[in-house]
Amino acid sequence: MEKRVVFRSRWLPYALVAPQLLVTLVFFVWPAVQALYQSLLIQDAFGAKTQFVWFDNFKDLFSDSHYLASFQVTAVFSVLVAGIGLAAALMLAVFADRVIRGAKLYKTLLILPYAVASAVAAVLWVFLLNPTLGILTHVMRSLGYDWNYLLNPRQALALIVITAVWKQISYNFLFFLAGLQSIPKSLIEAAAIDGAGPARRFWTIAFPLLSPTTFFLLVVNIVYAFFDTFAIVDAATSGGPVQATSILVFKVYQDGVQALDLGGSAAQSVVLMAIVISLTVVQFRFVERRVQY
Amino acid sequence: MANRIRRFICIASALALAGMATAAQAVTEIQWWHSMTGALSDKVNEIANKFNASQSEYKVVPVYKGQYDESMTAAIAAYRGGNPPQILQVFEVGTATMMAAKGAIKPVYQLMAEEHQPFDPKAFLGAVSSYFSDTSGHLLSMPFNSSTQVLYINDDAFKKAGLDPANPPKTWPDLEKDAEKLKASGAACAFTTGWQSWVQLESFSAWHNVPFASLQNGFGGLGTRLEFNGPVQVRHIKNLGDWAKKGLFTYKGRKDEPLAAFTSGECAMITTSSGSYANIKANAKFAWRVATLPYYADVKGAPQNTIIGGATLWVMKQKNPDMYKGIAKFFTFLSSPEIQVDWHESTGYVPITLAAYDLAKKQGFYQKNPGTDIAIKELTNKPPTANSRGLRLGNFVQIRNIIDEELESVWSGQKTAKQALDSAVKRGNEQLVRFQKANE
Repeated sequence: MEKRVVFRSRWLPYALVAPQLLVTLVFFVWPAVQALYQSLLIQDAFGAKTQFVWFDNFKDLFSDSHYLASFQVTAVFSVLVAGIGLAAALMLAVFADRVIRGAKLYKTLLILPYAVASAVAAVLWVFLLNPTLGILTHVMRSLGYDWNYLLNPRQALALIVITAVWKQISYNFLFFLAGLQSIPKSLIEAAAIDGAGPARRFWTIAFPLLSPTTFFLLVVNIVYAFFDTFAIVDAATSGGPVQATSILVFKVYQDGVQALDLGGSAAQSVVLMAIVISLTVVQFRFVERRVQY
Repeated sequence: MANRIRRFICIASALALAGMATAAQAVTEIQWWHSMTGALSDKVNEIANKFNASQSEYKVVPVYKGQYDESMTAAIAAYRGGNPPQILQVFEVGTATMMAAKGAIKPVYQLMAEEHQPFDPKAFLGAVSSYFSDTSGHLLSMPFNSSTQVLYINDDAFKKAGLDPANPPKTWPDLEKDAEKLKASGAACAFTTGWQSWVQLESFSAWHNVPFASLQNGFGGLGTRLEFNGPVQVRHIKNLGDWAKKGLFTYKGRKDEPLAAFTSGECAMITTSSGSYANIKANAKFAWRVATLPYYADVKGAPQNTIIGGATLWVMKQKNPDMYKGIAKFFTFLSSPEIQVDWHESTGYVPITLAAYDLAKKQGFYQKNPGTDIAIKELTNKPPTANSRGLRLGNFVQIRNIIDEELESVWSGQKTAKQALDSAVKRGNEQLVRFQKANE
């Protein structure tokens, strides 16, 4: 006898996946196709005049040295956001897992930043670090460090990385904490009886067992850094100084929404889509092999 | 008995309400999408309320739709969806985009002529109306809030440096000397500027009567190309770069952020919008004054006149022609001297009609508020030339971003002034080519 559950009806399985398929089609496939089509057009803002120009938008993009430079900025930014975001959240989750008194308060406070909108998060950090008015700026100045992200590219990048990480840390923290709590206590206790210290117990037991969570969060964080961070850049640095914080998705937003160049913006979003799709494929093919479920 | 009376009152008030509802339906609503916040937004509502109270056929409904770029995007989306607002406030940067959208807009001069409303473009200040007119001098949108660039100085800081605040720097070399003294007296920041592209390049070019772009700064057609890498502009940007190195000029951001550095007392001088007057008045805890924008005395024709910034009201094309009449009436109301002078005096924007300017003079407003007439004096300094009418550039939002980026590379010492301006012109021209392609 077959052990798997098999649908006897022909249409039932399709009916069951239909809602999900519909959502995917309407909210993912359709806009993506629209973007693909739009990227081949040059259109005025009001849509009165439309020309089909094949790949002219892409040619314009790739002959623009400043566009190519923003790939590098995006790569550095994404690696930093995902790397620091995961490491910091994991550390906090490990500590939170061990806290006995006031654990609820501690966890609640850590989850709080997730409720803050990106633009607001950026404004909060700008308040702290503004070269004229920032409180932290005054502290740094009094310690002899000249903080001015308006002209210092590295500091500007640091500002948006800090904001993006801070904003995403709660999400990562929640998943890591849940992952840590689902690790059987008996394993940890057995290791403790065998004389393994906390650090060793973490690296040989908890960390490998967390690998599915870590992998999932890696994918989510990369996508977050690529797509979801334009509001932070917009509110904090507008891509400057020069082009130090002009990440790809910010340029898509700036050219499309603020500057109304829909064709050029669509072409950029197609490029961005291609990058994220290939990154995700790479992650699933190569990184996932090292995950132990 | 008491019950019966109560019932009667109920019915009567219900009838009254129903009557009001039908009256309200007969009123044509005119949506006015704007980007004014705080006290300015209150003023916009006040103007609409006054108009609504003055007649019963039309009701102007002001709606705040976010910042300038956001409300413009929203209006374009609404137009594409077939349901545009009637009046849209558009910043000067969006002028070329709106002008090119012939099917989507109703030029104001046409509207006023068709609806037989009195409308004389000469009633408006030349520097204001020329910015928004086509090549044959027809006004395409209704001037509303306009400002220009002025120099603000901190009197207390000047005195501390042994300078006479009653004698503010007239030229850029004067400003450099004063900045040196201010710095020597311990000022953390001698000079900064808001809106660097607008003040130090766009209006700077007009003020010195040199072109910013070809074809009369773009008024002559879509084939315009940028020309702001000429010797006068390069010299000025180079000076600013040198002053940045010496600590005389401190960069504080691309848009309005530098203002806080002046009102907090950190920076002793700032060149920025005349519309910042009210803000400084409310926040500065020191004596300060407004001065004329500096210039280079050895440049021929300088000072010419400055150009404006701010926004105008565009009329979107309507399916229902009845709307036009209401809009035209509202515009007549809006440009009346009483409304204009109140708007000017309470907001710090320049009076856009000559009648309003005269009325403000008559009321003694400029004696009571010294410095508030400097902006208008700069704008009317000389009759506008091809270089000083204004700018009409497509993809101007991107061009300003490019200019901001390139200027930052000068302030941080990565590029020379010449390299940065050449690069800005080259990159900006790519944007103009794209705009030309999309609109021809």
